[in-house]
Amino acid sequence: MSIRIHKESCIGCGRCIEACPGNLIGLMEGKAKILIPEDCWGCTSCLKECPVGAVAYYLGADMGGRGAVMSIEKEKEIYHWKIHMPKGEIKVISVNRKNANQY
Amino acid sequence: MGDVKLVTKTIRTDVLIIGGGTAGCYAAIRLGEASVGRILLVEKANIRRSGCLAAGVNALNAYISKGHVPRDYVEYARTDGEGIVREDLLLTMSERLNHVTEDLEKRGLVILKDEKGEYVTRGWRNVKINGENIKPLLAEGVEAQKKVEVLNHVNITDLKTKEVDGEKRVIGAVGFSVREPYVYEIQAEAVLMATGGAAGLYRPNNPGFSRHKMWYSPFNTGAGFAMGFEAGAEMTTFENRFVALRCKDTIAPTGTIAQGVGAKQVNARGEVYETTYGITTPQRIYGTVEENRKGNGPCYLDTKGITKTAEEDLLKAYLNMAPAQTLKWIESGKGPSDEGVEIEGTEPYVVGGHTASGFWVDTNRMTTIPGLFAAGDVAGGSPQKYVTGALAEGEIAAESIVRYLREKGRKKVAADFFSQEKAYARHFAAEDSGYTWQDLEEAMQKVMDEYAGGIATDYRYNESRLALAKEKIRGLQELIREAPAGDMFDLLHIYEVRERLTVCRILIEHLLARKETRWHIFGENADHPKKSEEFEIYVNSRLEKGKIQILRRPLVKGESYEHQDP
Repeated sequence: MSIRIHKESCIGCGRCIEACPGNLIGLMEGKAKILIPEDCWGCTSCLKECPVGAVAYYLGADMGGRGAVMSIEKEKEIYHWKIHMPKGEIKVISVNRKNANQY
Repeated sequence: MGDVKLVTKTIRTDVLIIGGGTAGCYAAIRLGEASVGRILLVEKANIRRSGCLAAGVNALNAYISKGHVPRDYVEYARTDGEGIVREDLLLTMSERLNHVTEDLEKRGLVILKDEKGEYVTRGWRNVKINGENIKPLLAEGVEAQKKVEVLNHVNITDLKTKEVDGEKRVIGAVGFSVREPYVYEIQAEAVLMATGGAAGLYRPNNPGFSRHKMWYSPFNTGAGFAMGFEAGAEMTTFENRFVALRCKDTIAPTGTIAQGVGAKQVNARGEVYETTYGITTPQRIYGTVEENRKGNGPCYLDTKGITKTAEEDLLKAYLNMAPAQTLKWIESGKGPSDEGVEIEGTEPYVVGGHTASGFWVDTNRMTTIPGLFAAGDVAGGSPQKYVTGALAEGEIAAESIVRYLREKGRKKVAADFFSQEKAYARHFAAEDSGYTWQDLEEAMQKVMDEYAGGIATDYRYNESRLALAKEKIRGLQELIREAPAGDMFDLLHIYEVRERLTVCRILIEHLLARKETRWHIFGENADHPKKSEEFEIYVNSRLEKGKIQILRRPLVKGESYEHQDP
């Protein structure tokens, strides 16, 4: 599991670079890029910090990944987790950050 | 190899905090409020999202609910730790669990409450929260303190000590920026070690592309253990390793499913086996390992048939703490209501917030080196700390540092130049030996897995295997000294492997010294498969003249402990 950063949508603001607990993201020609994809912990800090939803999270094939990617769209207290399935379908799970886990 | 010109920067501060995770941030807040002069918090990433809470946390697992007292928590931890715990440390921590929980809520943490405004508990010591933003909340608390300065993206590698009035005490630490060619030499009157525990010692569950998808933060390398040990500090109970029971592949938590929706552990035949082996964490893993050994695997948490509402709640709960699991459920097209969740035990970790490994400290959380304190996952003797226990220890250490500085007075130690630059520069000057830090890390994990009781041997080891592990780890320690670096990022990784190798070396000695099996799974000693009364002691260690000395210390009873010569 790791992340990919979309070159087209990245605005080069550097917030993900600042946030990554593994110092794993660098800036290349004005765009953020993950330096060692295998060393990502999957903590999603970069997804939460990105103001334009340019970071996508995916599972490695060794973890059962089959092509889906996940990103976050922020709306005030709500995180809309968008899962893009390989055939184009998009599933959305919205989590209100003001709600505690039920379990 | 790399064309890097290092520049040294010298900083003087009153208190240096190494590591800006849970304990380090909280200590910084409390020290900032106490007016003890300048406080410098150094973190190798950024305190907003660093350490083991980078991803958030699903619950606060240490809280004293109504009808219970701190002593109950001490007894719970003592039973779970098979007696090898420190009563003084557990009690002083437990007394603060509720007050730090309330403080977290004031800082903005969402905690589930009932209609009367009381916290909703899961069991008697667990409160339900939304812990996704716990780290940014702590970081904001630190940033609000005017006397606290934060140095992000700087990796501390060595402590500096000096004889002052006939006693060796800590006088500072050295490190480097992970981005720019700067070396930092920091002089301090007191140092708090808060670097967390050690992950990545053993070959992980996912050894390939997803090698960092592990339970504990892969960026927690045991740096504090290594630095303290090299400086001569005493360590305790490393042999009490921690292994977690997790969802297979995603290494996501299982407690949320087991306790949240009441799913039972079943084998491939659908037989419930948790009733046979018991339901403490090691028993749950032991049962799973045994069922697999008998050929009854794979093992599952039986969630099949849970309601669609429960399934939706689980999908959301995992997004707040382990999003890979939610993605896996959606991507496979099969949610927890359709099929059980496969489970497995992780590779072993050394982590003082869960088991009792770490620095040997007195009740004030001072280590055996005067002026050096330890809190959180790096401090030993006090298991089951979790988040709130780490906060409590950060607070205790902060108060002790304030007292220490007042009582000791501030003697200005001669401003020695630490001359660390050369040690780092040798890696840039090193010829390409053919072995990268990645090769050496992989080799270390293989050795530990096969010879020191990893997943490959169902956590079993014996003296013959440990002797081989010792020899091979020593060989790797020599190679890492010559590892070539092209830039500061390489240097960071070389030092991380170096720290892990030191932790492995200490761990092997501890595994050899405890000639019994006290904690199933956490340590399966094949030469001594039973518990022995002779080992109702702490196994401690320290470096003396380049050699590891093992010390057997009697159990500490009572509410206070001061350091004593062995």
